[in-house]
Amino acid sequence: MAADKQSVNMTVNGKPVSGEVESRTLLVHFLRENLRLTGTHVGCDTSQCGACVVLVNGKSVKSCTMLAVQADGAELVTIEGLANGSELHPMQQAFMDNHGLQCGFCTPGMIMSALDIVNRNGNDLDEATVRKELEGNICRCTGYHNIVKAVQAGAKAMGGGS
Amino acid sequence: MNATGIGASVRRKEDRRFLLGKGRYTDDIDVAGLTHAVFLRSPHAHAVIKSINSSAARAAPGVIAVFTGDDLAADGIGPLICGVTVTSDDGEPHRAPAHPALAQGKVNYVGDHVAVVIAETVEQARDAAELIEVDYDVLPAVTSTASAADAGQQQIHEVAPNNVCFNWPFGDKAAVEEVFASAHKVSRLDLVNNRMVTNPMEPRAALGEFNSGTDEITLHLTTQNPHVHRLVLSAFNQLAPEHKLRVVGPDVGGGFGAKIFVYAEELVVGWACRKVNRPVKWTADRTEAFLADAHGRDHVSTAEMAMDHNGKFLALRVHTKANLGAYLSTFGTMVPSYLYAFLLAGQYATPLIYSEVKAVFTNTAPVDASRGAGRPEATYLLERLVDVCAQDMKLDPAEIRRRNFIPVDAFPYQTPVVQCYDSGDYNAALDLALELADYAGFSARAEEAKARGKRRGIGISSYVEACGIAPSAAVGQLGGGVGLWESAQVRFNPTGNVQVFTGTHSHGQGHETTFAQLVCDQLGVPIENIEVIHGDTARTQFGMGTYGSRSLAVGGVAIARACDKLIAKGKKIAAHALEADEGDIEFADGSFSVAGTDKAMSIAEVAFNAYVPHSYPEGVEPGFDENAFFDPINFSFPAGTHICEVEVDPDTGVVEIVKYSAVDDFGRLINPMIVEGQVHGGIAHGVGQAMLEVCRYEDDGQLLTASFMDYAMPRADNLPSFDVGYAPTHPPDNPLGVKGCGEAGAIGAPPAVINAIVNALNVKHLDMPATPENVWRAAQAAQA
Repeated sequence: MAADKQSVNMTVNGKPVSGEVESRTLLVHFLRENLRLTGTHVGCDTSQCGACVVLVNGKSVKSCTMLAVQADGAELVTIEGLANGSELHPMQQAFMDNHGLQCGFCTPGMIMSALDIVNRNGNDLDEATVRKELEGNICRCTGYHNIVKAVQAGAKAMGGGS
Repeated sequence: MNATGIGASVRRKEDRRFLLGKGRYTDDIDVAGLTHAVFLRSPHAHAVIKSINSSAARAAPGVIAVFTGDDLAADGIGPLICGVTVTSDDGEPHRAPAHPALAQGKVNYVGDHVAVVIAETVEQARDAAELIEVDYDVLPAVTSTASAADAGQQQIHEVAPNNVCFNWPFGDKAAVEEVFASAHKVSRLDLVNNRMVTNPMEPRAALGEFNSGTDEITLHLTTQNPHVHRLVLSAFNQLAPEHKLRVVGPDVGGGFGAKIFVYAEELVVGWACRKVNRPVKWTADRTEAFLADAHGRDHVSTAEMAMDHNGKFLALRVHTKANLGAYLSTFGTMVPSYLYAFLLAGQYATPLIYSEVKAVFTNTAPVDASRGAGRPEATYLLERLVDVCAQDMKLDPAEIRRRNFIPVDAFPYQTPVVQCYDSGDYNAALDLALELADYAGFSARAEEAKARGKRRGIGISSYVEACGIAPSAAVGQLGGGVGLWESAQVRFNPTGNVQVFTGTHSHGQGHETTFAQLVCDQLGVPIENIEVIHGDTARTQFGMGTYGSRSLAVGGVAIARACDKLIAKGKKIAAHALEADEGDIEFADGSFSVAGTDKAMSIAEVAFNAYVPHSYPEGVEPGFDENAFFDPINFSFPAGTHICEVEVDPDTGVVEIVKYSAVDDFGRLINPMIVEGQVHGGIAHGVGQAMLEVCRYEDDGQLLTASFMDYAMPRADNLPSFDVGYAPTHPPDNPLGVKGCGEAGAIGAPPAVINAIVNALNVKHLDMPATPENVWRAAQAAQA
């Protein structure tokens, strides 16, 4: 199988990284297994649950739906890349303040999707927009009520409001 | 009120690690020399295995070993067990077919475990599994709950004639029949409780490590109850002696019941890591979760209520067929029996109840507890039937409930079905729910919707459940093989901070915060100086885990008892230090003081004295570390009323929930923010069952709903925001005055939603899930 190995180079959370992967290796497995960035989760095998969402060149991508080799040369941000030292990113803080997480498994994907929602829709989000935009992220714990509130609050905080 | 004590919505201590991506779930753990397991699963629902040829797989790149059922049997590894006995109507225990962790000669459902491949990488193991040749002799499959026990059906297990596991009658059949014969009115309903896949977001996983130097196995598992796993794997499966087996449930991504049970993969991984003398990890993909996690619900029932001319309930009669799947899961027998029939009184003073449950085997995945476990099935049946009663008696659904509620002054209330309810004020919850839902304004809203071509409906569900599982003596009388106490240890370190070890397990419930609040409140220690530790048999003394909304009601009390012991010991130490009589020492707000003086010392100072006992009372042991076991004297009985309002588009069958109001009695709330989150999640689970989710097998036993593309999980845009209120009562049997809140929503929601849709369509009944197709068909039929 060694003949199949390809080298990939990308920037993850501001740091250049590289690795040898099989062509079939999914981006999420490269992140989790090669880089040991285990905050990005795998919750399904059909690109439905969104636990694996990361930002690739600023856009949200389900990293279980992209090959590692396809991310060659890209800039990635994962959940591990959001906080500023010990200070949580406003969206992370909003999830804590609004009890937007319970078991925590879907949370990284929710937060990465939320950042993309804010990027595309701005800082003043109504409930219907957030609910529609979260269609690709499944949570079994929260009933979404507090996730929706958290995304709205996080969006506002990212715009400088509170 | 202490700002971080009981009753405060403290932000969760556990959140930070999850928000930073620093959670540590089983699949996140990497160890040196790790190997990977992939299971070869049966593609057939029912087949005899004629031969297995794994020589090509063994020779494939990276493969370390391939094992089958014969290898497990050769090592004396026992079959999986069911821990609760139900006595069938012939006086014999339920029929219990052998449940090998890897098949022995026969497979009984699609996804059944045939072989395991251990390889250097997951990909190599998966590639090799495809090289195993299995020659099957395919048999006809049985999948239907309703007809599995019918004459002429294919037999699945020799020990279970007619595919019956048990037939379990409960109650006075003759007395109930007599009442039915002379009743003013009998209302009747046939209904199906749809099969669900529990689907916590983290798939199951297991990581086994064997230390040949100490002969010890360490198993990291996606478990809700590490000590229960250790006990069963050791005592019944002969994996390793209890003292040589460590089970760790690290961060676990949701459970909802599905991670209570001891599964084949867990046993095989634990055994294989010793066999290959390398660490072995297995992580399910979502398809495997659909195929081989224990499923939930799956009842087919007939319910009948006899009433007098005022709509007063005289007797209830229930016949249920319950699907247990191909084998008995760990608690499979208990769910459609004790957790179901004993809840059939609901909130009503119905004097006579007779139920008969026929549990059947089918060629489907094993069925066991799933959020609510038996109580959602009982509640759905009863609360749908009560609405049919209201229709038949031309009474408002709220009014017929009021006429039959157990009155507030009747508590503790002995039901005719074993349970003795601790406390409740069912009218108070109904009143508040009606107010929250603006029930009085419904007809105006319905008129307004009608003008837009839509139909509005409103549905009430008044549920009661049994939590705080459970008094050990009651469990024993019912045929359960365990005691359901809980244990706690509260340890001060010499520097004054506190470690709380609990035998419960948190996988989303926020125990690390709630339990810290309890200790903060009782001992007056700042919450940031309290750490709650759970989920590791090597760190926590003992425990029975988390399920049945038991953690606070049982585990929380154990923590409080350990704190009581610390205070009692602290008084002796403080009395010596303050040169006073022990009887004069008072404890409040973290400080021991001599009554009537300003002499005092903090509990942290007492702890220091206990570890540095240079001047110390005679006869008192050093150390400041106490443990306690608590065994409850009764279940707790949360209850409430949920009201759902829907708007139906009769042209498309699309249902929108426009308002959902929930009023619950959970007793005293420790952290209202966390409790409300539990209610939200439970309601979403219940709405999922009512409107979206159904697990469906083809007649030949193929699972049609084996992915999130085929099985509709509730998503953000399927749900509204929820209005939540409380109508608490004080449960006298619980020392903390708490009841449990984790399952309430999943129990209350399904009948509230269906009652609302039935009301909108003006039909008698509609089976779950109320998908647009099902609703459209019902609407068309009603118009025809």
